[in-house]
Amino acid sequence: MNGRKLAGSMIPVIPPAILIVTLTLIETVTRMEILPSLFFPPPSAIVSTLYDMTTEGELLDHLSATVLRLLTGFLLGGIPGMILGMMMGWSTAIRRILDPFVAALHPVPKISSLPIIMIIFGIGFVSRTIVVAVASFFPMLINTMAGVRQIHPIYFDVARNSGASRMQILRRVVLPGSTPFILAGVRLGLNVSLSISLAVELLLADKGIGTLIWMAWQTMRIEELYAAIVTAALVGISIRLFVQVMLDRCVPWATKART
Amino acid sequence: MGFQCKDLGVTYKTQNGELEALTDVSFSVRDHEFVCLVGPSGCGKSTILKLVAGLLEPTLGTIAFDTVPANGRPRNAMVFQEHGVFPWMNVIDNVAFGLEIRGVPREERRAIARRFIARVGLSHFEESHPHELSVGMRQRVSIARAFVNDPEILLMDEPFGSLDAMTKMVMTEELMGIWSRQRKQVLYVTHDIEEAIMLGDRILVMTGRPGRIREEIEIRLPRPRDLRDRDSAEIVKIKEHVWEILEEEVRSGLREGS
Repeated sequence: MNGRKLAGSMIPVIPPAILIVTLTLIETVTRMEILPSLFFPPPSAIVSTLYDMTTEGELLDHLSATVLRLLTGFLLGGIPGMILGMMMGWSTAIRRILDPFVAALHPVPKISSLPIIMIIFGIGFVSRTIVVAVASFFPMLINTMAGVRQIHPIYFDVARNSGASRMQILRRVVLPGSTPFILAGVRLGLNVSLSISLAVELLLADKGIGTLIWMAWQTMRIEELYAAIVTAALVGISIRLFVQVMLDRCVPWATKART
Repeated sequence: MGFQCKDLGVTYKTQNGELEALTDVSFSVRDHEFVCLVGPSGCGKSTILKLVAGLLEPTLGTIAFDTVPANGRPRNAMVFQEHGVFPWMNVIDNVAFGLEIRGVPREERRAIARRFIARVGLSHFEESHPHELSVGMRQRVSIARAFVNDPEILLMDEPFGSLDAMTKMVMTEELMGIWSRQRKQVLYVTHDIEEAIMLGDRILVMTGRPGRIREEIEIRLPRPRDLRDRDSAEIVKIKEHVWEILEEEVRSGLREGS
């Protein structure tokens, strides 16, 4: 085996190695009180707090509240976003009419609309979900639109040449052709939903990972604070893995063709 | 089932005004005839195919088909240079696509598709997706899909344009084989003069933009033709003649462009 090959075969081992080394380093530094353990608890302490919170505390309740909020909000905003994106991608007329509004509204930070939504819908579950929905609407719309527009025009010609109806073109060309982009939109949309869900919970919810973070901060339970952040990170990682699985299952032609 | 194109003209509206792509294009394709269109790039060869396919309406002129079915247009099938097969469908679904659109039941259309897949030598790849196939194999899928529709008219837009020379030769021979068994009317766009001579009963040579038919050349070589004969005196004579016209057109196109 030559040197280059050996180095290549090492690559998959490197990321976990970096992780282990980093964690060990932090563990040592915090245990030796080089960093104040009040602000920087050792990783092992965070893991055991996480375990205690799962078995004895209410971590799972908070987690499911956040996941429910982010999924409801995402579906409520993402599905209309996808439908509108498909229409805007397919029809130049619809795109030209609606694009100015999308361009104007998309950059508005969605969390800033929360007070208005609260005035209209009260401070309950509805408001908290609507702001998540509004935030996930745009990534889905924009990605779906881009997904439809990047379908090569020849595919539409092929379908029309075979006498396909608009419904058939939608089902056999527009939908499958834009799926890779739609899934990218799902990933962005879910990530935005997660961020907004946490922000809403930090502000006013009585349950959720954001609430947990806030309560831990107010009572200066630093280990719980970190444990809650790790939980939020795990949700983010799950989103990524979920989308990856969907890509491999639904559009192997798009992912494998590029490698 | 032939057809006649009369005084076809196509003008596109662009940001810089109007662009005349085709003007006064008149020609006919007779029963069972294989007609090749050659011309400098951008002369509107593909536009003519789209007009015949009904994917584009001419600005001027008419296309008359010898027999017109009740639902409007005789069945035609187009083979594109690339992007002709759907990457999200496997080979058998791609080939059966036209049948699916016409509502042929699944098992029946798969059986028909299998026959045509076998004819282009892809029987072991029925369940493969296009990204798992070579460019040449993908074009076989395109050709099988066109023939499966049993079209009255076959429209081919440089189907072998992106293939290497060897594969192209093999595919050209295969196409001649398939066509000799099912003598469709074919309109075949290419910029390869040799290919046009080998395949066509007639060659239509076009001018640069706006495209017109400049000359019609009958190819009276006996069939089946052998691609290895391409240095024969007769072929060389036709080749030189077509090349002279094209060279003139390409040069004048370059002058105008500069």
